[in-house]
Amino acid sequence: MTAGGEGRRGVTIAVLSTIVFFTVLVLAITHAPGWPEVRQTFFNWQEFKASMPEIARAFLLNVKIFLISEAFILPLALALAVIRSLPGPVFFPLRVLGIAYADFFRGVPTILVIALLGFGAPALQLSWVPLSTTFWGIVALTLVYTAYVSEVYRAGIESVHPSQNAAARSLGLSHWQSLQKVVLPQAVRRVIPPLLNDFIGLQKDTALVGFLGSVEAFKQSQIDAAATFNYTPFVAAAVLFVALTIPLARFTDWLVLRDRRRRQATGG
Amino acid sequence: MRRAPAIVLVVLLSILAAGCGRSSNKASSDTTGTAAASCKKSDLNLVNSGQLTAGTDNPAFPPWFGGNEKAPWKVSDPYSGQGYESAVTYAVAKKLGFAKSEVKWIVVPFNTAFAPGPKKFDFDINQISSTPARAKAVDFSDSYYDVNQALVVVKGTKIASATSIAALKPYKFGAQLGTTSYDYIVNNIKPSKQPAVFDTNDAAVAALKNKQIDGLVVDLPTAFYVTSVQVPNGKILGQFPTTATPEHFGMVFEKGNSLVSCVNDALAQLRADGTLKSLQAKWLQADAPVLK
Repeated sequence: MTAGGEGRRGVTIAVLSTIVFFTVLVLAITHAPGWPEVRQTFFNWQEFKASMPEIARAFLLNVKIFLISEAFILPLALALAVIRSLPGPVFFPLRVLGIAYADFFRGVPTILVIALLGFGAPALQLSWVPLSTTFWGIVALTLVYTAYVSEVYRAGIESVHPSQNAAARSLGLSHWQSLQKVVLPQAVRRVIPPLLNDFIGLQKDTALVGFLGSVEAFKQSQIDAAATFNYTPFVAAAVLFVALTIPLARFTDWLVLRDRRRRQATGG
Repeated sequence: MRRAPAIVLVVLLSILAAGCGRSSNKASSDTTGTAAASCKKSDLNLVNSGQLTAGTDNPAFPPWFGGNEKAPWKVSDPYSGQGYESAVTYAVAKKLGFAKSEVKWIVVPFNTAFAPGPKKFDFDINQISSTPARAKAVDFSDSYYDVNQALVVVKGTKIASATSIAALKPYKFGAQLGTTSYDYIVNNIKPSKQPAVFDTNDAAVAALKNKQIDGLVVDLPTAFYVTSVQVPNGKILGQFPTTATPEHFGMVFEKGNSLVSCVNDALAQLRADGTLKSLQAKWLQADAPVLK
């Protein structure tokens, strides 16, 4: 974000180096022997304009998928993280289940979870099992991202110094009260940036639901690309995803910065 | 301390730029193969001289490819000469003067058939419909098969009793990515539900079996394979009438490849002497009631 912290000279060097870097990069790419073909195939303005409206419409499905998924992921992952941090031998089986869940769903490729649920569950031919591929896409993404996000929460919980909990307990709060009123509020605030990071990952992974046949932005761009034998629709889809993630990424940066300033101000 | 990384960066980028400059000289000599006019085997513009490199996707599905599966090929074996596209390829190869052993098959997933840059195949034969939009990016041979779309449904479902195209509107349809079946659904059936589009034949078939889609639109010969092998309780509800712009499959060539005209000559001979017709009769069932 800053130019290197050396005042005007730093700024000059940053500007020069940026200009040199990008000039050389652009020249290297545009003078490549295959560039006219690459430009025609990936960056064709006519194709871009022609495919954008349909892809943008399909992108609404991606938005729907990640909003609904995230609404389930955040509370479920928190519950999982809390289960994994339960103390005492009594909760051992719960902790083991929590660990097994997180290990499994972080280990299996997301596309496999989507395929397994999206095609596998309806294949059971149970009348009460929904057939909608979008539904199963949301379930699969929720399962996978709950595993990731629970790790984020857990890191947050463990970053709260044990003395906080000890102090709360010595004031007469139960374990549950201490968790709820002392530990979690601090933990969650600390992990907001990595939570948003996973949220961005989720947004992009909504494209995987297209595997089940749902026509989301990436699938729509594949349809257009296959119809014209031109990859520009992929770029159009990418533009939509990026347009959504960049503001969120900058917001995350801002949150980190704000948090750092606050902590510096209070000396903690 | 501060300046060192910047200098390193500039040096690295200069090397990168120089590297690109060099490769541009090399490539310009690569793209001069368009002059050949003769269709003598020695004059053909080939990826590997003395050998005809044909591409298709893996698995290679019947009835387009036949024979027993042989690694790395799944479901069938393009080298077998069995199945319509394999048979046509060997017939074309023979006309061009290639022995059977001089035909080599490589795996070309649909999406890479039209990737920019030099192609690894002389032609790709993979039930790809030739359309004017696509012909801007690649060259197509003349038709080796004029195709009609057909509708596959599961016996006993509600859609299975439909008898007209108009009656199909309320249902959910599926098609395979890259086929013109999707366009057919959108432009001709105009259903009220968003059609599903699948990356692969297997995914589309899974969705049909699961009743996640009511009907699968595929080309007619594929419909016969789907109903006879992949979906045992499937049924071809009918084929769709030929549209104003008849659809045909063509082999895909790199844009500007002079080989196209030689393959077209070979196809014309095969059409004239009845070979294409007899190969179709041998490998493709193409009779189903026409949906009006």
